[in-house]
Amino acid sequence: MESNGTVEIITGLHIGDFFFMLQGAKRTIILTLVSISLGTILGLFIGILRGVFNKYVNYIFGLFLDFVRSVPLIIQFILVNAYFGISGHAKSPFFIGVLVLSIYSGAYISEVVRAGVLAVPLTTRRAARSLGLSWFHDLFYIVFPIGSRAVFPSWINIVIGLFKDTSLIAVIGYIELLRAGEIIITRTWEPILVLGCVGLFYFIICYPISKWSERFEKKVLT
Amino acid sequence: MIKIENVHKSFGNLKVLNGINLEVTKGKSVVVIGSSGSGKSTLLTCINGLEKIQEGKIFVDGIEVNEKKTDLNLLRTKIGMVFQQFNVFPHLTTLDNITLALKVVLKKSNEESKLIAIEQLKKVDLFEKADIYPNKLSGGQQQRLAIARALAMSPSYMLFDEITSALDPMLVGEVLDTLRILKKDGMTMVIVTHELRFAREVADLIAFVHEGKILELDHPGEVFDRPKNDETKKFLERALK
Repeated sequence: MESNGTVEIITGLHIGDFFFMLQGAKRTIILTLVSISLGTILGLFIGILRGVFNKYVNYIFGLFLDFVRSVPLIIQFILVNAYFGISGHAKSPFFIGVLVLSIYSGAYISEVVRAGVLAVPLTTRRAARSLGLSWFHDLFYIVFPIGSRAVFPSWINIVIGLFKDTSLIAVIGYIELLRAGEIIITRTWEPILVLGCVGLFYFIICYPISKWSERFEKKVLT
Repeated sequence: MIKIENVHKSFGNLKVLNGINLEVTKGKSVVVIGSSGSGKSTLLTCINGLEKIQEGKIFVDGIEVNEKKTDLNLLRTKIGMVFQQFNVFPHLTTLDNITLALKVVLKKSNEESKLIAIEQLKKVDLFEKADIYPNKLSGGQQQRLAIARALAMSPSYMLFDEITSALDPMLVGEVLDTLRILKKDGMTMVIVTHELRFAREVADLIAFVHEGKILELDHPGEVFDRPKNDETKKFLERALK
């Protein structure tokens, strides 16, 4: 390394880089799982409110959701991070990431949920109520199962989209898969190889999800 | 007994029921006839509280349907209803369509619910279809399933809302046969239908509804053979032509 008296900045890839990237991948997966879980809960809540209640509730949530969906995710990360920093309650990048991604995915999921609620024919729900099922029973035993079949593919799309969107969190300094790759590139100058690996990793996760969901749809939902 | 007193109902500016009075006594079947849009179906959905009324009172076994304290979910277990569009639950098998409310509403065990469901499916001749999903059933079969589902709750009353209107003419007979059996068993029924021959056959009373009012209420022989109201005459002329 120092045989000719210079420090070599550019070094080749070694096995440690692989583990470094694997660690980034683990963080990407955890971030996605936590965010999509919280986002789904939030989306269910808002979506049902919007699907079931009157236009005023709809209007207030609609405004908020339009905002969340219209502002680029990367700006949301920076703004929310700055807000906590400036207000003196600085939070970890992971916390900021989960917060922003949950609300972001929740906004999209709420629209999907609303569509699902509206996809259940009113007459079917009336039949359920005529049997003595309560409002809540109707929601749980009729609207959820029928509606979720209608919107499952859209939900899967959001999951896959979110998984890839997690890479934007690098902007506030969280080292997930893509950022890990970039760090290695600055040292090795092997962008094609490293980004190829990172891309392959995203593919290895996303492809089976979408394939599995197709099969799940065919087998269970029809 | 179902007692309907001076019931008014409107959707926005549209007046649908305009002072309806009707009594349905135990074991009797009342058939409601009239042109489309006369308010027949709305009347049925008011009886089990699916639609709120603006004026008047409806009593089922002495319980006022629109009273705030009334437990509508409990009351509805006593009033079965079958709809024009079948409304079977597409995500549940034939058997589970019936057991759902037995388990969830009446809190019966899995085994008991299943026994009741099987018994009902046999009655409507669908036992062989117990494990398949409704999209594999014909319209007539779906409607029979809907009837079985309502009957499984052992209701005291049954409401039928144009249950043959969405059916192939070939399939109407099998559904009406199911109703004939119910009639023989002494079920108390309110039936809205356009099948006038059938109405005449099973009705103890015929109610002719026109523009939200009952203009004629009498035995089938009287209404069909000796109608007193001009609107009734006009309707029958058109319908029986």
